[in-house]
Amino acid sequence: MSSILSDEVHQDSSNSTVKQTFLEATVATIVEEMRADPTVFTMGQDIRGGVYGAYPLAEFGERVRSLPISEAANVGAAIGSAMTGMRPVLDMTIATFLYSAMDQIVNQAAKSRFLFGGQARLPLVIRCTMFYGSSQAAHHNDRAYAMFMHVPGLKIVVPSSPVNAKGLMRAAIRSNDPVLVFEDSTLWGTRGDVPVDPDFIIPLGEAEIRQQGSDVTVIGIGQSLRTVDQAIKLLGKDGISIEVIDPRSLCPFDWKTVLASVDKTRRVVVVDNGPMTCGVAGEILATVAEHFHGRLLAPPKRVTAPDMHLAFSPQLEKALLPSREAVAEAIKSTFEYRGKEI
Amino acid sequence: MVELSREAKIEMLRRMLRIRIFDEVASELQAKGEIPGPLHTSIGQEAEVVGACMALSRQDYMTGNHRSHGHPIGKGAPLGPLMAELLGKETGVCKGRGGSMHLADFAIGSLGESGIVGAGMPIATGAALSAKLRGTDQVALTFFGDGASNTGPFHESLNLAAIWKLPVIFLCENNGYAVVTRASDMVAVENIADRATAYAIPGEVVDGQNVLSVHEATSRAVKRAQSGAGPTLLDVRTYRYRDHAEFGKMGDSVASYRSKEEVEAARKRDPIDMFAKILIEGEVLDEDGVASVRAQVISEVDEAVDFARASAFPDVSTAFDFLFVDAVAPRH
Repeated sequence: MSSILSDEVHQDSSNSTVKQTFLEATVATIVEEMRADPTVFTMGQDIRGGVYGAYPLAEFGERVRSLPISEAANVGAAIGSAMTGMRPVLDMTIATFLYSAMDQIVNQAAKSRFLFGGQARLPLVIRCTMFYGSSQAAHHNDRAYAMFMHVPGLKIVVPSSPVNAKGLMRAAIRSNDPVLVFEDSTLWGTRGDVPVDPDFIIPLGEAEIRQQGSDVTVIGIGQSLRTVDQAIKLLGKDGISIEVIDPRSLCPFDWKTVLASVDKTRRVVVVDNGPMTCGVAGEILATVAEHFHGRLLAPPKRVTAPDMHLAFSPQLEKALLPSREAVAEAIKSTFEYRGKEI
Repeated sequence: MVELSREAKIEMLRRMLRIRIFDEVASELQAKGEIPGPLHTSIGQEAEVVGACMALSRQDYMTGNHRSHGHPIGKGAPLGPLMAELLGKETGVCKGRGGSMHLADFAIGSLGESGIVGAGMPIATGAALSAKLRGTDQVALTFFGDGASNTGPFHESLNLAAIWKLPVIFLCENNGYAVVTRASDMVAVENIADRATAYAIPGEVVDGQNVLSVHEATSRAVKRAQSGAGPTLLDVRTYRYRDHAEFGKMGDSVASYRSKEEVEAARKRDPIDMFAKILIEGEVLDEDGVASVRAQVISEVDEAVDFARASAFPDVSTAFDFLFVDAVAPRH
C-alpha cells in the first residue's frame, strides 16, 4: 500500500469502497493515475513537502516536482509538457494564485488548440483550492470558478464530496483538454465512502441528482450543497418535495438534467458561494428563464454571496456566505409563491 | 567550430531568402488587402532565425512570438500552408484560425507562436521538461524579443529552467526596439545576456547578422542542453528594416523613433548579402549559384501564393471546430 492510503483509511467488508477524506481521495486518484500511466506527473509549490497531501516520493522520483513561486512559468511549463506528450497535474494550491498566471491559463492553455487549428492537445489538469471560511482573508478566499467559465476552451469541475473528488479528478486527468479543478477547502476534511475501483470515473458534464423531488429544484455548487442539506433539514416538517442537483462540472454543463428537473418542478433555486454578478447561479437562471418563460410557477431565485470581498474577521466572513436559513427561506418562498401582489 | 557541409550552407542561404522573399511578398499582399490584420515582418532578421533553427533537429521544439513567419520557415516548414494561413484560408497551417501572429507547425516541432510578448518562454520550458521526463535528447528553443526580457515569464522561465537544468535555449532576438521604444530606454542592463548571471547560466552576446555566428552559438547551447548542463541565454543582436507591424499607422515609416541614417547603416550589414559573400569567397557558390537559389525561392514563394489564393476560406459551419479534443459543443 502506498503511503497515501494512510492507516486512517479503512476498507469495508465488501472491499469495494474505502473511507477517505476529500483530500485523500483527490491525492489517491492522482497517485493511481500516475501508476497507470507513465506520462502522468504532478507539480506544485511545496508538493514534495506534503503540505497538501503526501505522495510516495521514492516510487515516483522526478514525477513529483516541487515548484518555485513562479505561477506563470508553472502553468506554462505544464502547457508545454502537455503539448509534447505528458499529462501534467499542476497543483496551484490556492485558487487566487491562478490570477498570477492568467495569461498562461486564458491566452495559452485555453486558446492554443483553437489558434493552431487543432494541432495542439493539452491534457492538463490545474488543481486549486478555494480557501474560504477559515479567516484567510481576501487574497486567498475567492470562489473564482465563474470567472473562468467565461473563457471558452477550459473545462471546469467543482467536486462536492470525496466520491465526486475521486471520480472527477480521474476524468480530469484522462481528459485530453485543460481542466480546472476547484477544490473547496471547507470540504477537504469531509469523509465518505469512495470506490476502490481504479477505473471509477465521473464523466465530465454529468450532473448528480442527490435527492429526487417534485416541488422545487435546488441546484448547488460545491460546499453550498451542504448548506442546502442543512436548509432541507430546517424545512423538514414543511412537506416540500425538493429535488437537489449537483452539476459537478461547470464546463461542460449538464443542461439536460437541470432543465428536465425544472420541467418537472417548475420552481428553481440556485445556491452558490461565489459572488452574484455574472456567476454560475445567474447563468443557470438565465438558461432556465429562456427555456421556461411563462411556465415557471415562481420567479427563479438565486442565493449567492454578494458582490463583495469576504473579510478576515470570522463573523464578517460568515455573514456574507449563503446561510441555511437564507436557503430555507428561498426554497419556502419559491414553493409558496402564489403570484405577485399588485 | 561546427563543421557545416556545403549543402547545409546552401540550405542556410535558401532559408534566409525564403524568409526575406516570403515577408516581402506578404507585406505587398497585406497592403493590397489580400492578407487581413496586422503583419510583422522579419526582414533584416533572417540570419538569427536561420542560424538558430539550423542548429536544431526537426524533432526539437520551438516557440516564438508575434513576429512569427520567420521561425517556422527557418525550421523548414513548407511555405504554402504558411502563406495560406496568412490569407485566412482553410488550407492554412492553422486552418485560418491563428493567422500571421500565431503560426504553428507541429510536424516540424513548431509548438506555436504567441501574440502575447513573453508567453512562449514558459511553454518551451515545459516542452524541455517533457523531453527530460521522457528521456529523449530533444531540446526546446524559444525566440523572444528585447521587450520580452522585461516580462515576468522571462525571469520565471530562466529560473525554472536553471534549477532543473532543462534543455532550453532562450534566444533573444534583440532588434533594439519594442514597437517604437528603444530597448536602451527600457532594459536596465546594457546586455540582455547579463541577465543570465542572475540565474547562474551562460549568457552570450551574438552577432545576429552573421548566420554562422548564430549557428555556432546556438550549436554550443544545444550541446550544453543535451549534456544535461541546462539552459543558455543568447542575446542575439539584429535589426528589423521595416516598422513593428504593417497595420494602419504602425506601418508608417514617418515615425520618428529612429533615423533614416540608422536604418541605412544597418542595411549595410545585410545578413543575406554578407552570407552570400562568404559563400562566394569560400567557393561554395558563385554569383550565378546564389542567383539560382534566389530564383528557386522566388518561384517557391510564388507557388505558395498561388496555393493560398486558390484555397477556400474556412466554411462558417466550421466556426466551432478545434475548441476541445474530447467533443463538447460550445454553447451558442
